[in-house]
Amino acid sequence: MLRLEGAQIVQGNFVMTGDMALEQGQKYAVIGPSGAGKSTLLAALCGFIPLAQGRLCWHDADLTGAAPGARPMTMLFQDNNLFPHLTVTQNVGLGIRPDLRLRAQDKAKVEDALGRVGLHDHADKKPGALSGGQQSRAALARVLVQARPWLLLDEPFAALGPALRNEMLDLVQDLVGQTGAGLIMVTHAPEDVRRIADQVIFVAGGVAKAPQPAQALMDNPPPELRAYLG
Amino acid sequence: MADRTLAISTKSGISAATLVVVLILGALLAVLSRAEAGAGFVPADWAAVRFTVWQAFLSSMISVVLAVPVARALARRRFVGRGVLVTLLGAPFILPVIVAVLGLLTVFGRNGWLNIALEGIGLPTVSIYGLHGVVLAHVFFNLPLATRLLLQGWQGIPAERFRLAAQLRLTPWAVFRALEWPVLKQIVPGAAALIFVICLTSFAVALTLGGGPRATTIELAIYQAFRFDFDLGRAALLSVTQLVLAGAAAVFALWIIPVMSTGGGQDRPLLRWDARGGMQRCGDGIVIVLAAAFLLVPLAAVVLRGLRGLGQVPVTVWQAAGQSLFVAVISVVVLAVLALPMAGWIAARRSGGVEAIGLLGLSASPLMIGTGWFILINPVLDPSSVALPVTALVNALMALPFALRIIVPRLRDTVQDYGRLAETLGLQGWPLWRWVILPRIRPQLGFAAGLTGALSVGDLGVITLFADQERATLPLQMYRLMGAYRMEAAAGAALILLALALGIFWACDRGGRMHVEA
Repeated sequence: MLRLEGAQIVQGNFVMTGDMALEQGQKYAVIGPSGAGKSTLLAALCGFIPLAQGRLCWHDADLTGAAPGARPMTMLFQDNNLFPHLTVTQNVGLGIRPDLRLRAQDKAKVEDALGRVGLHDHADKKPGALSGGQQSRAALARVLVQARPWLLLDEPFAALGPALRNEMLDLVQDLVGQTGAGLIMVTHAPEDVRRIADQVIFVAGGVAKAPQPAQALMDNPPPELRAYLG
Repeated sequence: MADRTLAISTKSGISAATLVVVLILGALLAVLSRAEAGAGFVPADWAAVRFTVWQAFLSSMISVVLAVPVARALARRRFVGRGVLVTLLGAPFILPVIVAVLGLLTVFGRNGWLNIALEGIGLPTVSIYGLHGVVLAHVFFNLPLATRLLLQGWQGIPAERFRLAAQLRLTPWAVFRALEWPVLKQIVPGAAALIFVICLTSFAVALTLGGGPRATTIELAIYQAFRFDFDLGRAALLSVTQLVLAGAAAVFALWIIPVMSTGGGQDRPLLRWDARGGMQRCGDGIVIVLAAAFLLVPLAAVVLRGLRGLGQVPVTVWQAAGQSLFVAVISVVVLAVLALPMAGWIAARRSGGVEAIGLLGLSASPLMIGTGWFILINPVLDPSSVALPVTALVNALMALPFALRIIVPRLRDTVQDYGRLAETLGLQGWPLWRWVILPRIRPQLGFAAGLTGALSVGDLGVITLFADQERATLPLQMYRLMGAYRMEAAAGAALILLALALGIFWACDRGGRMHVEA
């Protein structure tokens, strides 16, 4: 259980509060108007923005002050998810060992992950030589080897076309299904919510609301959400 | 914003910065300990201060004023060889001063090409020594620098604005007001300030072309007090004066000096529709030819004369070349060790106050630092026995502000773009440098290293205080040959030095750019 308790996130004039308990293995969609703080919420969970108040707990451990690398989660950003000067293998390998001193079993793990996302033929290429979809797959291969309990997506597939984005979301769904990780993803698209999410965290008016079951919420949205969905 | 961006350790950055401060302040304290409180300025010292400021002012004004038409012409004309010319504009920056002086002497000197031509048509000859010569040499070095800075600004004007200007059929004057004037206003003060600071502490030019009561800079006065009179008290007093003067100017300049580009993208001329008239074309053509001639003729003179002189080069020159290479390599290593952690520290912060420490190296004159360390070392060791390491170290300190200007922006971008990714992966310490930072900043690091190596190999500064007969760098050996009127041998040495400086720069810069992707 990942618990955000009495959290307050402050960025200049922007203030957001949040109180929620998230269950591992569930898939959460974070939706809300532009500028409401969806990305900020993820950045705070991941440790890029310190909490002004409140705590973040994972099981019994207090994560509030933990460094991003020390948290049980991995995040894919809108862009720059791969180092362009490293090969796909090296990029994925960084998920196992930050110093890239890979032992034989680590290398096997990287290879296996690349196979599972369908990139075994592109292991020695640099990201610049890959298509957008292949780059996303490479980043997901790294998520696989990192095998953290939580995967956070800050719209990493926003630049892909609709078909490719759906393909990636299906792949994500497969991967978290295999690893049993929890998923927290920012999205703008109601169809993504229906496609993948179990629960919805609605962010608006400076509050990140506690998750509600996706199906029921989308079928019968409260006025605020209805205004956003249009 | 309180975002965490990247776990670059600030410890090593702070240590490096502290070391720089200690090295410079240590020298300053040593100098102060010798500066006798009662000993005031003699009239000659005042003359040196006045001359220093006046020549720096003239040099920076002339360089910048002349650079405006040159940059303007280069920005709006396309011709064969334009790319080469723009690249060559960067050459004087890494050209050893003494080599350029030899080239200028060959063209403008007493028996130079210009005077021979003037005599041929019955006109009075010109003298290159004194204020003229010092300013001429400074303009030779800084006109290209100013031109590049302006060109960079000019080419930063978005293409859309020129398209808009073409659609609106703006007159040349209106184009100037709307597009060019804002750029000039932004860049000219910074370029002038940078050149003023560089010229304030310039030593080798004054040593070779100045001198005498009417053309002595503070830097040269320090050298003379030190070398001829061994009057440490007076050298110390002058050093403090120099530090106050150059320090004040440098701190002021820090806020307006433009960012140094590594030269990428500067050879891409925009398609433009303005200035198509015959007069304008003709004017631009004349400006470009004159500027190219001013830059290239002295360089060609060095090469031509050097080829003839190569056979007369004594063996001491080759030994000196080896020692200069050693000095340059040490300088580059020291620079990397200092600049990388400092750049990491600066880039991880939002404000750039730390850069001021790098600038200390620019304001503290090399001869002041040299004098200070001489005072510190003298009781313990024979100063000439450490002549080469001290020279290498001081040269690295001198290059530090430029290196930081080059490396920091790229490092800041790297932190901006990949900081979060590196943090989620738990990259820190050496792996962070090894796998993320160094590969990202390699072109900039190579460029900075090349600059440092070239500046160091061609430097004629501190070495003049410390050297004895055995330990001399190539520039010093060349200066000695010139002093002995062995001009052909000196020209041969100049060619070797030129090849060495350009070779070091090319090797480092190329090393940084090879196999770099995205």
